Amino acid sequence: MIISVASGKGGTGKTTVAVNLALSIGNIQFLDCDVEEPNAHIFLNPKIEKIESFEILHPIIDESKCNLCGKCGKICEFHAIAVMPKKVIIFEELCHGCGGCALICPQKAITEKSKELGIIRIGRCINDIEFLDGVLNLGQAHASPLIRQVKKTAAQIKNKNQQITIIDAPPGTSCPVINTVKETDFCILVTEPTPFGLNDLILAVETVKKLNIPFCVVINRFDIGDNKVEKYCKDENIPILMKIPFSKEIALSYSEGIPIVEKYPEYKKIFYDLFENIIKRVNVNIQ
Amino acid sequence: MDSEKKICITSQGDNLDSEVAPRFGRCQYFIIVDTDTLQFEAIENSSINMRGGAGIQSAQLIASKDVKIVLTGNVGPNAFTSLQSDGIEIITGISGTVRETIKQYKKGLLKTTKNSTVDAKSGINKK
Amino acid sequence: MKQLLIISGKGGTGKTVLTAAFAALAKNKVMVDCDVDASDLYLLLHPIIKETHDFMGEKKSFINQEKCIKCGKCFFLCRFDAVKSIKKHNGNLEKIIIDDISCEGCGVCVWNCPVNAIDFKKAVSGQWYISDTKYGPFVHAKLGIGEENSGELVTMVKNQAKNLAKSNKCDLIIIDGPPGIGCPVIASLSEVDRSLIVTEPTLSGLHDAERIINVANHFGAEVKLVINKYDLNINMSTKIEEFCKKNNIPLIGKIKFDAGIIEAIVNGKTIIEYNKTEVKEEIIKIWEKFGE
Repeated sequence: MIISVASGKGGTGKTTVAVNLALSIGNIQFLDCDVEEPNAHIFLNPKIEKIESFEILHPIIDESKCNLCGKCGKICEFHAIAVMPKKVIIFEELCHGCGGCALICPQKAITEKSKELGIIRIGRCINDIEFLDGVLNLGQAHASPLIRQVKKTAAQIKNKNQQITIIDAPPGTSCPVINTVKETDFCILVTEPTPFGLNDLILAVETVKKLNIPFCVVINRFDIGDNKVEKYCKDENIPILMKIPFSKEIALSYSEGIPIVEKYPEYKKIFYDLFENIIKRVNVNIQ
Repeated sequence: MDSEKKICITSQGDNLDSEVAPRFGRCQYFIIVDTDTLQFEAIENSSINMRGGAGIQSAQLIASKDVKIVLTGNVGPNAFTSLQSDGIEIITGISGTVRETIKQYKKGLLKTTKNSTVDAKSGINKK
Repeated sequence: MKQLLIISGKGGTGKTVLTAAFAALAKNKVMVDCDVDASDLYLLLHPIIKETHDFMGEKKSFINQEKCIKCGKCFFLCRFDAVKSIKKHNGNLEKIIIDDISCEGCGVCVWNCPVNAIDFKKAVSGQWYISDTKYGPFVHAKLGIGEENSGELVTMVKNQAKNLAKSNKCDLIIIDGPPGIGCPVIASLSEVDRSLIVTEPTLSGLHDAERIINVANHFGAEVKLVINKYDLNINMSTKIEEFCKKNNIPLIGKIKFDAGIIEAIVNGKTIIEYNKTEVKEEIIKIWEKFGE
């Protein structure tokens, strides 16, 4: 079973919930798919055993074969190829690596070489957690292909004993989030009880509904703010499966990269209850 | 027009009294002018609203017009590389009207630029 | 005309609250929300929408099932795993479809289809708005759920703001940036004169600030930094201060944790107008150092 943890708004406690849930269950796979700003490693402190480079292919032109026909420039949807009167120039940072230019070149003047977009780190941390995250290289614009690769790699190396995978998603509701959350069995939406939290929660709810994934809400810092998130969930029949209070102690341990359950072991049971509650719900939905 | 005297100036409007546009790839018009006769052609830049690759598209357009020199405010590295590959000279840091620019150019007051003057995707003159 | 951007890398550090406060402080400007995915600034600026425009996204491929001969050529050519085969119960191939979430819009399948069964078209993928607020004009947008945030909508919103600033003779554009370091952030950074990084005294905050600073430097924008909720972890705040010193980044303010900020949001007010916070003076000082 795969549980994704998402939130429309950033900074609501997505990583906190994902990490603490993972530590409370144990013997699982953990994926950080927030490849633009991956943070889960700060809390889980994995011992990285393997780093895989994630590459895409870029074209190179053999000028001795190129007759400047211009076909490659015409088909490139990303405007990554300039066909000038004396030379064809490739702009790698605009290239998505679709391979169309190499395919269309009548002179076979285009070959491809690979270029790193980011890395995938694989390691292990306490409580038998297998850890994977994707780290997008700085200046790279496209997160989604790397996210898909993290999920693919995880599925390949997953062993039979790991029944559960937990995925920390990027914030928002656009493509990277969809790529992370789709094909998961349950989604936890983490929010905070403010107008910002509510606004972005509504968007996140629309997203998971569109993907047809069962979900619940966890309210972080539930005691500061207003009650509109709770009212919204009640009106929409959305289960709130956990409420985490605001406390300076939790904020402090977060700031130091210490998971809540490590500093306050009593939370382990609360997170495990959340997990059991989810399992029950997924079964209900399967029937 | 005699191509030796054909220069391209990026412009905010379609005539010689328009202001020079500060950005090559995203200028409103390219004014291609014969420096002797002041005969000119104003080409609307269709790349202006492109997400990426505006400079590259513009460079291909200018090269196809057989221009030898481009005068503009700033040019990004992609457009610069493209223009340079075709042996087109680039003069940046231009402001004022198109007409004044032509005058200054004819007096030999403007110098060729050796590198792109702004970062990729920067789009506009930074102070 | 100057363009100022407020960004953070990590979400939830207080970027939007600070931007809204600047809206109340700055004179003669256009406000912009570049977080087109989960935009929140409007909740504090209370815009009256004057214009709504559709935003057409990237082109995507669609298979015309009536023409498709199920040859599978598109399946083998697609580098983005966007072509999926749907099987019948007996395991036979029922149809081939394109997953629009994975489709990058390269068009390779379109021009390689032997029977021209693949359409390549743009669809409405969001809206952008020009609004009035009591703080002046405001340009904002909403990307459709699950749409690709390519930065194109961000660029569109910024261009509109620029036109508006020109016609209204405003000399300042203040931009609330998106989280992350990818496409939308890169699009937000383009043409920006100065950016303010809002971080928090946490390991995650520092980690993300470092990444976003590198990206901002790459695009040549001047960078300043503030620490929000600095007193939640004084040690970590000191670490961030040291980081700033070492990297020559001006630290222009430290805002203490104040539950009043959340009250202000709940009341839909900017910090400047909500008088029950202790951080107003500090934010005014930050604006003087960032906006001048």
